[in-house]
Amino acid sequence: MVDRQTTSALLYLDGISVSFDGFRALNELSFIVEPGEMRAIIGPNGAGKTTMMDVITGKTRPDSGDVYFQEGTVDLSKLDETEIAELGIGRKFQKPTVFEMHTVEDNLQLALKNDRGVRATLLWRSSADQERRIDALLDRVRLKPLRSRVAGSLSHGQKQWLEIAMLLAQDPKLLLVDEPVAGMTDVETMQTAELLKEINRHHTVVVVEHDMAFVRELGVKVTCLHEGSVLAEGSIDDVSTDERVVEVYLGR
Amino acid sequence: MLTSRHPLIHLLDRGAVLFLVLLGAFAIAIPVLNLLVPAESGFHVSTYLVSLFGKYVCYGLLALSIDLIWGYVGILSLGHGAFFALGGYAMGMYLMRQIGTRGVYADPILPDFMVFLNWKELPFFWYFFDHFAYAALMVLLVPGLLAFVFGWFAFRSRVTGVYLSIITQALTYALLLAFFRNDFGFGGNNGLTDFKDILGFNVQSEATRNSLFFISCLMLAICFLICRAIVTSKFGKVLVAIRDAESRTRFLGYRVEAYKLFVFTLSACMAGIAGALYVPQVGIINPGEFAPANSIEAVIWVAVGGRGTLTGAVLGAFVVNYAKTYFTSGFLAEYWLFMLGALFIGTTLFMPRGIIGTYNHWRANRAERKDAERDGAPPLASPSAAE
Repeated sequence: MVDRQTTSALLYLDGISVSFDGFRALNELSFIVEPGEMRAIIGPNGAGKTTMMDVITGKTRPDSGDVYFQEGTVDLSKLDETEIAELGIGRKFQKPTVFEMHTVEDNLQLALKNDRGVRATLLWRSSADQERRIDALLDRVRLKPLRSRVAGSLSHGQKQWLEIAMLLAQDPKLLLVDEPVAGMTDVETMQTAELLKEINRHHTVVVVEHDMAFVRELGVKVTCLHEGSVLAEGSIDDVSTDERVVEVYLGR
Repeated sequence: MLTSRHPLIHLLDRGAVLFLVLLGAFAIAIPVLNLLVPAESGFHVSTYLVSLFGKYVCYGLLALSIDLIWGYVGILSLGHGAFFALGGYAMGMYLMRQIGTRGVYADPILPDFMVFLNWKELPFFWYFFDHFAYAALMVLLVPGLLAFVFGWFAFRSRVTGVYLSIITQALTYALLLAFFRNDFGFGGNNGLTDFKDILGFNVQSEATRNSLFFISCLMLAICFLICRAIVTSKFGKVLVAIRDAESRTRFLGYRVEAYKLFVFTLSACMAGIAGALYVPQVGIINPGEFAPANSIEAVIWVAVGGRGTLTGAVLGAFVVNYAKTYFTSGFLAEYWLFMLGALFIGTTLFMPRGIIGTYNHWRANRAERKDAERDGAPPLASPSAAE
């Protein structure tokens, strides 16, 4: 492992362990993500994928190990969710989580990079620049015709896209995307792969996904987790032919 | 939507304008019917009724303050009566100190109950309450400060949902027990009463009662506008976002506890104002106001009127309290609590949106149907797969 002082990595995890009531969700997990990279994380249920996201975003504190951001300069384990979000890490949940009672436009308005303080939102006024940014985002995720619809009335796939757009609206340095194509049709899945590739041109992305066809479509470096640590890492072809990976996926 | 239209249009939508017009008409009509219409006329409103309506208006303001946190942020406070009562006590202390030598024991400084307890001097927390401005400040400050400290700990520790409701209930119950004690310095279970003057005017006089009624309506209107301004701002959108998806809001970078704390404190101040206006109109404040049942009743008003609508909360307070006055003065009096319980269960089961909420929902549905008919197709078109 690279020393954190000299790492060029955007995200640096070293020896992370997390236990819940004696169950080791993460076990000495280490991996790094370089700036501009897109990384796919795969692994069977209970491999620790979501716990890993929780550690990075400050929802769960690691029992031991280091989590650093931006070339080892920021220790994420010392910050809470809000501070980490402000630092530029956006997260998409496994279950699409949008503000159901707000319109699509308001969802994006709330997500746009802006002062998040109480006073700022009390005195906030819309501006033409922000309107343009929302327009651009809506175009990008193909939700423009649904701008004034209440988010709760969107289809499952549309909600997933809206949530991705909300992530982009924050203009994060790192996007963590948890199972973006769960419950999507094949067409939607391929569109989402395109969308993520496009997003990756300007952002670093970590995608957690079960869907192998989708991961293959992304065509990026894959990390396979098993029982809380890295089992294999490499291209999808290498990883999917790795005997240990086949074993944990198909059972022994 | 947040964008494009002038902020005033958001602030004063149709419902809000209608509410303010009705409230204004009520605020003027009742004093006119009391003071200018002769007592023999069928249109005369008795002074008793003026104060009764004034009481309803105060309840309306309490309901409004609950709706702001329950309807928009999802904080169900079952102890808001505590803030109401604290505001009431602050006003009561001012009124006590206005009695002066007209009390039974005719002590120029000490209220009767202190003389009775053989106290020699005024406790420090009663200082300055002879000044109205100071008392008015305390009406805001005491409930506000308590809410701030309480909220600071509760929201930072991320206590939510039913757990938070239970602690608010415990808070008001603890205050109830404390205020019942004679040595606590607030008149024990008798509370504060026998008020004479407010700002030099006799609290019993018709003119004062009408003025208090009018001022209550005015405060309700002002607080309503403040609430509207908050819920229609981007701040208000964040509140609803917290209500519907708290962790999503947190991961977007909003400091959820700061938002909750701000609005909870503001709500407590409004409840305090309501209590302060209530006390001179009913002529007494005692520890019974801290009873958990009172706080729960106030929540029922909001549920009946429709939470998350503001106007509904006020309407609910009026409707339920009118029913209470009506039923508890006849042979049905014994059954009132059963009726109240049935009302709450009935509302929850058959009209979960409450009166105004159900109406709004019906109107929104109708508008959508009309849109669909006009366009000749359902408005939803899936995003094109064209590439």
